[in-house]
Formats: sequence, structure tokens, C-alpha cells
Amino acid sequence: MDYAFQAEGLVKRFGKQTALSGLDLAAPAGTVLGVLGPNGAGKTTAIRILATLLSPDEGRAVVGGFDVVTQAHRVRRLIGLTGQYATVDEELTAFENLVMVGQLLDLRKAEARSRADELLRQFDLRESGTQRASALSGGMRRRLDLAVSLVGRPRIVFLDEPTTGLDPGRREDLWRLVRSMTAEGVTVLLTTQYLEEADALADHICVIDEGRVIADGTSADLKRIVGGQTIVVRPVDPRQADVAAEVLEQVARRRAEPVHRGVVTVPVEDDRVLPEVVRRLVDADVRLAEFSLRLPSLDEAFFALTGRAEEVRR
Amino acid sequence: MTTTETSGSRPFGLVRHSAVLARRSLVKTRRNPGYLINGVMTPVIFLVLFLYLFGGAVSGSTDNYLQYLFPGILVMTTSLSGMLATGLNLNLDVKKGIFDRFRSLPIERAAPLLGSVAADVVRYVLAVIVLFGIGYALGFRVQSDPLSTLAAVLLAVAFGFCLSWVTVFLGVLVRDEGAVLTFSFVAFLPLVLGTSLSAPIDTLPGWLRAWANVNPVTHAMDACRALLSGGAAGDAVTQTLIWSAVLLVIFCPLAVFAYQRRR
Repeated sequence: MDYAFQAEGLVKRFGKQTALSGLDLAAPAGTVLGVLGPNGAGKTTAIRILATLLSPDEGRAVVGGFDVVTQAHRVRRLIGLTGQYATVDEELTAFENLVMVGQLLDLRKAEARSRADELLRQFDLRESGTQRASALSGGMRRRLDLAVSLVGRPRIVFLDEPTTGLDPGRREDLWRLVRSMTAEGVTVLLTTQYLEEADALADHICVIDEGRVIADGTSADLKRIVGGQTIVVRPVDPRQADVAAEVLEQVARRRAEPVHRGVVTVPVEDDRVLPEVVRRLVDADVRLAEFSLRLPSLDEAFFALTGRAEEVRR
Repeated sequence: MTTTETSGSRPFGLVRHSAVLARRSLVKTRRNPGYLINGVMTPVIFLVLFLYLFGGAVSGSTDNYLQYLFPGILVMTTSLSGMLATGLNLNLDVKKGIFDRFRSLPIERAAPLLGSVAADVVRYVLAVIVLFGIGYALGFRVQSDPLSTLAAVLLAVAFGFCLSWVTVFLGVLVRDEGAVLTFSFVAFLPLVLGTSLSAPIDTLPGWLRAWANVNPVTHAMDACRALLSGGAAGDAVTQTLIWSAVLLVIFCPLAVFAYQRRR
């Protein structure tokens, strides 16, 4: 298969800390790879290695056919990078930032200016083009940052938690932009802490933890592992939580997770088991204060995949 | 996707990219001229203070003393501009995300460094022009010819440029911008004041004379003084150029190396 980028066995240590311990990632050209994981899982380190900002201690990575260590300069011609925090010059205007990067990418001044105008339009920043980046709102700065990373029409774009800290509305704007990029054949690597985001954008998802991939597949594959939805049950009498957990486990055929004081959750594939759960709870004489169905959170995904609560690591 | 192959074909990449980044730095100076004003005003304050504090004592009159003092202040100006601006600006860049942006672009690794230092040279020249204006207003007159004057200015700028690589290196190496500022300030005092700036070296006590004699800033000041007053400048100019070259050869590669190693 023709991979836009491929990393094999990446290991990276910072002093005593191991950020990556044998990470494998790959994405076919024109697809979105979602890398899902909690803080400290190694997402940013992986992106920084693929974007040639860091060298791996072990393993190798190839981007666009070029080795990220020995052919870093060739790789840099193909990629665009948007970091967790905006990588723009705050004292320059949005327009000047775009023109500067255009010129650094060897566009002539006139070309750089027209490309900057084009991107300001595309990213809905035209009115703010003459404002200093420091005066832009968080969401606008994120968009500017993304625009700057697209000046050179990169074939491969790395987005490191692009929507962290954005309003939900703005998040969907950014999703639309990512989709329009892939429609043009761009390959995207996107890291996120939100299951929902990976679900919405990624063709393929890797869940990483402690520097390695612990699960990967399509969104549907992962839902089969994690459960597409989660049933949340809170008996009126907290002492009945054990009974409720037993009922949930029987129906869902998975371990139920006691969350806190009397709340029990279990992941399920779909909502067809709901009537069965209700009937059995009634039969067991469990009276309910709360009963709901929701998408699994990342915490639950981790619980399902690793068998331990994510809080342990924090 | 539109396949305009970005970049790659146009020659002289390092020069062009450095120029783009130098322009960025100068735009920032124009918007935020605090450091530049600081870089000019500090030497001017020293000039005026020393002139009226010591003029009578050292040279008998402030007019004579100004002729002695001014060339030293010229070197102080170019040294100070480089020490304060470059290291600090780079340090801030490294800490903010823009450093990652530059490193992920297909440009030479040294371009952001060179751009920053090149912008400094422009700032030195501006500072020197302002300084000459103030010097002339106070009564300083060049005793030699225009060519020697130009040589003095170029020498002072070249020396400041080479010295600035020391703070570039530190600015890249050290995480804390306060530390860079403190170092620059602490180093500035003995380096610039422990020289022939305010009085001829033979009048200093032995230990201070020994320091002033090995201090490259002394040579730069002596050279500029000779060039502006029409004295014999040869030795001092040679020594200044040697020192400048030594500083450049040691600290420029170190700075580039440290810059490339930064994550």
C-alpha cells in the first residue's frame, strides 16, 4: 500500500522518562489518521518526530517517501504542522505571518501576498488580516495557525490537538476545514483527546497509551471493542450498586465499571439492550435515580482497552 | 490538490530567507521600539553623565573630554545593542511556538539566527546615527577624514556584531529570559566600563589595567578613538579585527549548534 507516512518502532526517551516505547503509525495517502490518547501518552512526541523537530532514539519514520532523520529537508517541503499552541508571530499581523511563511517557502512576494489573501478568505479571517496575531481570539489564532501551515499547499498535514480549548461551534468549523483538505487529497494526522473528534474525522484510529498503540482500527472497530454507547445507572439506594452492576454485566457481557458512589456504567454496542436492562433491574427490585445512555468517554475507552482507570496515571 | 511545487528552485535560499526574517525583526522593532530606544539612550546617558562628572577632572574641560569619550561611547552603543537585543529576541522565539514553525519549514537552520543578527546590524547603524547627532550637538567633532570616520563606524558595528554571538549563544542555550538579561547586564559592566572608555589606561591601578589590556572592548575603543581623532590606529584596529574574528569563529558555530539541538 502507498503510505503517506509510516513510523515503525519509534522509541523516544527524555532523561528517565520514556515518551514513546515502540510506536507504529501509518496512513495511506489521502486519509485521516486519528491518534487518540490522554495527556502524556506520547501524541505530541510522535508528531514532533514525524515533523522532523525531534529525532527518535530508535525506530524509523518515513514521510512522503523520505526518512525524517536523514532527509529532513525533503520532508519539510511536504508537510504542514499545527502545534498544540499557535505557532505564529504574535507581533505581526495575520497577513504578515502568512506572507512571511510564503516567502520562506520561496514564493515571490506577489505570490506570497495573493496566497495570504486566499487563505485569509478561506479561513474566514479577512476582517482580521491587519490585526496583530496577539489581538486575535483563541479560535481565530488557531485558524490562523492552521492557515499558516497550509501556505505551501502541503501534501501531509500534522494537527496536534487542533481543537483543544475551542468552543464546540468552532470545533465543527475546524472539522469542516479538515474534511475539505482531505477532499483535495491531503493526508492528515490528527491527535486528539476526544473520541467524538476522532470518530467524526478519522478514517483510521490509533489509540495510544504510554508511548505505544494499544488499539487500532476504524471507528466502528473501536466501538466494537469499547462499546458504541454507555449505559449509566444510579440506584436510589447506593448499596444496590452491586446488584445493578451484576445485571449490567449479564446483559452487556462486559465488566461494568463502578464510577463513584453508586453510579455504575457499562459499554454496549447499541441501544437495543436497553429494555432488557430495565426489565432485569425491575425484576431485581432496583429503584433508579438515574438511567441514561451516552457515548463512551475517552476514560471509558481506556478502561475498556487497558482494564484500568485513566486517573491512575494522572 | 493543486500541485504547485513549493520552493526548491530559487537560488541563494539562505540569504533570501535570512533577509525575510531580518525584515520580520525590524517590523517588530518599528512596532515596539523600546529595546532600540533603550540601546541608544543607555550610552547617551553614560555620555552625558561621564562628560559632566569627569570632564573637568580627566581632561581639564568638558570639550576636550568629549573628544576622548565619544569614540568609546560609540563602541558601547554597538556592543550594548547586540548584547541586549539578539540574545533576548531569540530566547523569546525559542520559547514561543514560532521556533517550531521555522524548524518545520524547508529553510536553512541558521536562517532565523542570521536574520535576527542582520536586523541587529540595521539597528546598530540607526543607533550610531542618533549617537553621532547627539555627539555633534554636544560639541564633538571628527578630527580625521570621512573615510576614517566610516572605518570607525564599520569597525564598531563589526565588533558589536561579533560580540553579539556570545549572547545569541546564551539566548539559545538558556531557558530563562531573565537569566539572559541578567547575564548581559552583569557582563556589560566590566566588559564595557573596565576599558579605556572614561580614562586612559595608564591612569588605572595595576589589576584594572591588566584587565583593560586584555579586554577586547578596549582595543575597539582605542581603534575608534584613533580613527576619529586622526591618530595612529593600525595596531588597535588589527587587534580589534582579530578579536572580532575569534569571537565570531567560536560563538557563531556554537550558537548554530545549540540552536539546532533545541527541541
